Amino acid sequence: MSSSVKHRALLCAGMVIAAGTFAYAAEPGPGYYGYGQRATPEQIAGWDIDARGEDGVGLPEGRGGVIRGSEVYAEQCAACHGTFGEGEGRFPKLVGGAGSLRHDRPELTVGSYWPFAPTLWDYINRAMPMAAPHTLSADDVYALTAYILNLNDIVPSEFVADRESLPKVKMPNRDNFLWTDPRPDTAAKPCMNACVDPASVKIVSTAEGKNLTPRTTGPLDTMLAK
Amino acid sequence: MRPDLWRSISLLSSTGAHTRLGRRSLLGLGAALTGSLALGPKQGNAEPSPASPPADAPWSQSIGPGVVDRPYGRPADTEAGVIRRNVPWLTAGTESSISFSPLQDLHGIITPNGLFFERYHAGRPDVDPEQHKLMIHGLVERPLLLSMKDIIRFPSVTRIHFIECPANGGMEWRAAQLNSLQFNHGMISCAEWTGVRLSTLLEEVGIKKEARWVMVEGADGAHMNRSLPLDKCLDDCLVVYAQNGEALRPEQGYPLRLVVPGWEGNVSIKWLRRIKLGDKPWHSREETSKYTDLMPDGTSRGFTWLIDAKSVITFPCPEKPLHGPGLYEIRGLAWTGNGKVKRVDVSTDGGVNWQSARLHEPVLSKALTKFTIPWRWDGAPALLESRVIDETGYVQPTIAQLRKQRGTNSVYHNNSIQTWQVKADGSVFDVQLG
Repeated sequence: MSSSVKHRALLCAGMVIAAGTFAYAAEPGPGYYGYGQRATPEQIAGWDIDARGEDGVGLPEGRGGVIRGSEVYAEQCAACHGTFGEGEGRFPKLVGGAGSLRHDRPELTVGSYWPFAPTLWDYINRAMPMAAPHTLSADDVYALTAYILNLNDIVPSEFVADRESLPKVKMPNRDNFLWTDPRPDTAAKPCMNACVDPASVKIVSTAEGKNLTPRTTGPLDTMLAK
Repeated sequence: MRPDLWRSISLLSSTGAHTRLGRRSLLGLGAALTGSLALGPKQGNAEPSPASPPADAPWSQSIGPGVVDRPYGRPADTEAGVIRRNVPWLTAGTESSISFSPLQDLHGIITPNGLFFERYHAGRPDVDPEQHKLMIHGLVERPLLLSMKDIIRFPSVTRIHFIECPANGGMEWRAAQLNSLQFNHGMISCAEWTGVRLSTLLEEVGIKKEARWVMVEGADGAHMNRSLPLDKCLDDCLVVYAQNGEALRPEQGYPLRLVVPGWEGNVSIKWLRRIKLGDKPWHSREETSKYTDLMPDGTSRGFTWLIDAKSVITFPCPEKPLHGPGLYEIRGLAWTGNGKVKRVDVSTDGGVNWQSARLHEPVLSKALTKFTIPWRWDGAPALLESRVIDETGYVQPTIAQLRKQRGTNSVYHNNSIQTWQVKADGSVFDVQLG
């Protein structure tokens, strides 16, 4: 390198330093950017609402029984889910369907389908009642959980739900979930010619004339439940 | 009077243009009025439009509104029917429900922001970005609270990805029910997303070595949450604040959402406010009682995140029939959560014979891919199908193949081949073949 080129390179380097350093080369690690604030334990406690389904880790202090649960339920839940969890209109059923999962028309409810009892506490706590979510006390959420489990004949009427008892409740459908995805579960060779017998190509169902389709032009359809 | 003429009149009076432009434009308007009235008594299809040659259109003889008349902008009034729609009988209300993108009226791989399908679990929250925070905690070295300003400061990435609800096509497991492209396939949209890699944020907080799972949670009333394996989070997940170049729409999670490329839409948590690292999955309600797939033997599949390869012909379709024999371009979209679309084949005889369609650039990973193939329709009844093969060699199945494996009650992940029946009059119907 000639001295004049070297001189120019040094000048450029000096200018870069004066304007700040380009930071591509550095290896990022924890705190590299340094943006934001450290979350304090108090801040975390306010938002750390989750309870894990399988082992109940995260369930808070508190407790609630079936009788109290029936009172809270009548006030907060029955309008949508029905007096006994049977569901109003198209709102979800909470009760029933035991043994129906292999049927042509299975009923998926807390009792027939949900694998983990702490998930019920977690969901009521985070999302219910629908119009005012996350407004119930931990005790009332425990009570509701106890009541809905009791409606499904999973716990006796003297059951008290708390962070110790809920993870021990064995839900009827607990062992019927596969938690690893078995797909792809179909395989086919992409045939191009004479793939099937033309005579076997038959329409077995059509949407024509079923009158289930809202209109797809113009304004929104107000088609009501059928 | 023709609506377009009304528009030009109201336009002139509302902008005050006539006061400045004076006599010349008013004369022009008068001429247009006279022409219109002269044509008035003629009725029927044969009537030439007053805008067609040799006539000059009213909008060609007037002055339009100026810049910033519409400071944001909106589609033409005549496109008012190009909207998201819902199926009212499908859900108890609209707050926990879904709407469908009007695929029949879209022409590319990018979904306009106002037409991106919606899925809410507790309605659409209006989040104040000044107050919104993202908390990252759990099995991390330094739990953080980030403002939107902090998040936007991180190195940014831009990617094009689809998001599809796994219930797309879920009403068709038993039989063809809805005669519509929009309602059978519209739970998919695709956008250009800009944000920060989730891996960047996780490296910034420092991942403890026992961490395996990540819980993501929204600020909506449902506090919607899902568990994701840490590997996926470090691979290609994005925490985004922009969609097609502008801030996210409230419907899509404003001011911040997760995008989990190629996986079922509900894991791409909207209004994202909390990320927690743990050693096990959470088994939340949305990954146990919902978004699990019930099999005929009574068992269920959970954590079926992947969107398998799928394609659909978007023209013709029930909403866009054919008008007489002749040369048409069959058009469609294909996608796969496994990466890129490799090939799309099209059949016009219900799957007896197939021909490969042309894929249009760009062919991007985990994004919608456009395909077309020319077709000379002789006017005879036809059964149109498309079949995608992705870069892993996976072939899109028929509904019969899927039913054989999964029965009819698994609700989610119906990625089967769509059959459109074309009748001799050009009308198109949703059908299933035996």
